[in-house]
Amino acid sequence: MSEAMEHTTDAPLKVETPLQRFVSDYCENKIAVGAFVMLVAIIFIAVFAHWISPTNPYDLAKVSIFDSRLEPGTKSMDGVTFWLGTDSAGRDLLSSIFYGLRISLGVGVMSGVIALCIGSAIGLTAAFYGGKVDTLIMRIVDIQLSFPAILVALILISVLGKGVDKVIIALVLVQWAYYARTVRGSALVERNKEYIEAASCLALSNNRIVFRHLLPNCLPPLIVVGTVQTAHAISLEATLSFLGVGLPITEPSLGLLIANGFEVMLSGLYWVSFFPGIALLITIVSINLVGDQLRDVLNPRLQK
Amino acid sequence: MSVFIIRRLLQSVIVVAVMSLIVFVGVNVVGDPVDMLINPEADQAEIARVIRDLGLNRPLHEQYLYFVKNAFQGDLGKSFIFGESALKLIVQRIPATFELALTALFMAVFIGVPFGVYAGMRPNALSSRTIMAGSILGFSLPTFWVGLMMIMVFAVMLGWLPSTGRGDTVSVFGIEVSFLTVDGLRHLFMPALNLALLKISLVIRLARAGTREAMHQDYVKFARAKGLTETRVIMVHVLKNIMIPVVTVLGLEFGSLIAFSVVTETVFAWPGMGKLLIDSLHNLDRPIIVAYLMIIVLVFVIINLLVDVLYSVLDPRVRLKDAGQ
Repeated sequence: MSEAMEHTTDAPLKVETPLQRFVSDYCENKIAVGAFVMLVAIIFIAVFAHWISPTNPYDLAKVSIFDSRLEPGTKSMDGVTFWLGTDSAGRDLLSSIFYGLRISLGVGVMSGVIALCIGSAIGLTAAFYGGKVDTLIMRIVDIQLSFPAILVALILISVLGKGVDKVIIALVLVQWAYYARTVRGSALVERNKEYIEAASCLALSNNRIVFRHLLPNCLPPLIVVGTVQTAHAISLEATLSFLGVGLPITEPSLGLLIANGFEVMLSGLYWVSFFPGIALLITIVSINLVGDQLRDVLNPRLQK
Repeated sequence: MSVFIIRRLLQSVIVVAVMSLIVFVGVNVVGDPVDMLINPEADQAEIARVIRDLGLNRPLHEQYLYFVKNAFQGDLGKSFIFGESALKLIVQRIPATFELALTALFMAVFIGVPFGVYAGMRPNALSSRTIMAGSILGFSLPTFWVGLMMIMVFAVMLGWLPSTGRGDTVSVFGIEVSFLTVDGLRHLFMPALNLALLKISLVIRLARAGTREAMHQDYVKFARAKGLTETRVIMVHVLKNIMIPVVTVLGLEFGSLIAFSVVTETVFAWPGMGKLLIDSLHNLDRPIIVAYLMIIVLVFVIINLLVDVLYSVLDPRVRLKDAGQ
């Protein structure tokens, strides 16, 4: 098996598929590989939180008030070790973080995907039709981007109210403009290339040209913006939840865990808000590092 | 030039109008206006009176005009909690927020520029790499969590600095400020540093990039050839040139400091507008929320307008491009 593989890689007429080239380019940066492994681990934890967690922190039958405010590393009366300590209700912090990651990532990724679809559809429309449509859409994008994201989110939350769906709507409305601008930028470049002209000459429908020819070629920058924006969305959701205007307490994301810790911090229980913050930090840093490397790899100007 | 300013002014008016419409629709259509604008403790007769007073029984477009008319007269409703004019309550809190944001801006310059210049002069030294790694971390750290950790270390564990409030204030031209008293400064330090953290990282990067570029320029070589000391070359010749992008970017970022002060003010219980907004959101004090949104949009539109106009004064290409459209 390994011999066969060596044989193919040593073959003189080796043809590298784009995917192989992409993977080998990506792996040149060891830190980025580490970040990718970390990110996969985080996603794994988030998806399988209910299997991996030592305890279920939201199962009232299992959580005991006698275990409350234990320091990291202490053992409960049932013999379970609380590696990261417990909060004031006696919930194991490690398990709470696993469950919280699921909610934080879920909200971040879902809002990112919806914003990506809406934003790129609007951006493509602007680029493809040009003229007045383009001017109008880009004016709106410019105006929205002149306000900081946190402010737009606060305005929307004040108008919409609390709740998971409202937070997702707010995050989508905050992010769509970034995607629209990115897609329009690359679509304007692609639109003037020969293959689009060829497709128009074949009398293909506008829909087909936009979605089958234009969109796939605008994807690389979109992927980069998508990773960075998802990190932003997770951070923004945590901030809103910390302020008490984001997710309801029935959806304990990392931001809510940190807010919980804030209440007991002045009595010296540092770990209740310290560890969820570290989890949030690791998540955001890994996504940003992966995004940075993707930007370098997918940038045609940097390709050898 | 004047065409450019008029065009921008028009755009600003449109933004404020659209925003007032969004806020109005948000309060009156998405939510129940009776719920939102009337104190929940009011009795039936009171509710009927307020509905009549606010014109809630009239058609929607008339209501909107009524809202706009009142807004122009500075009447955005009375706070349920304080029983005072919502507008007045917010205007009272503006100095605290601006003091915090301006202090953070100064910190960003006075901490960011020296570190950035140092890192730019020795790009490969270990100390410079540490500075750059720190600035990358500064971009990724969630602001509110860093604030919590600062309280944890400096207020709870070490007990050096107070964790909440503004401390003693002094009245200057009728405006209360903290930075002129020792107690006020002690209160101001942590929140301002917390708010400045992101901008410090930004300034470090700008200053580093600027310095690296400037060090290879002819005027630096010439200054050295003249026999000037290295200190003078850096402090006078290089610094002057890298300050242009730093000042421009920080001017643009001032608005974002005011926006982010909502978070810092909540963490450090700093009595500014942002804290008032969050408190009002918790207490469902809607007149204050509406008033805050209108004022913050106005502040931002003014900041953006000033930046645009300044830009066009500094860089002729901007206004020429716009005029050519």
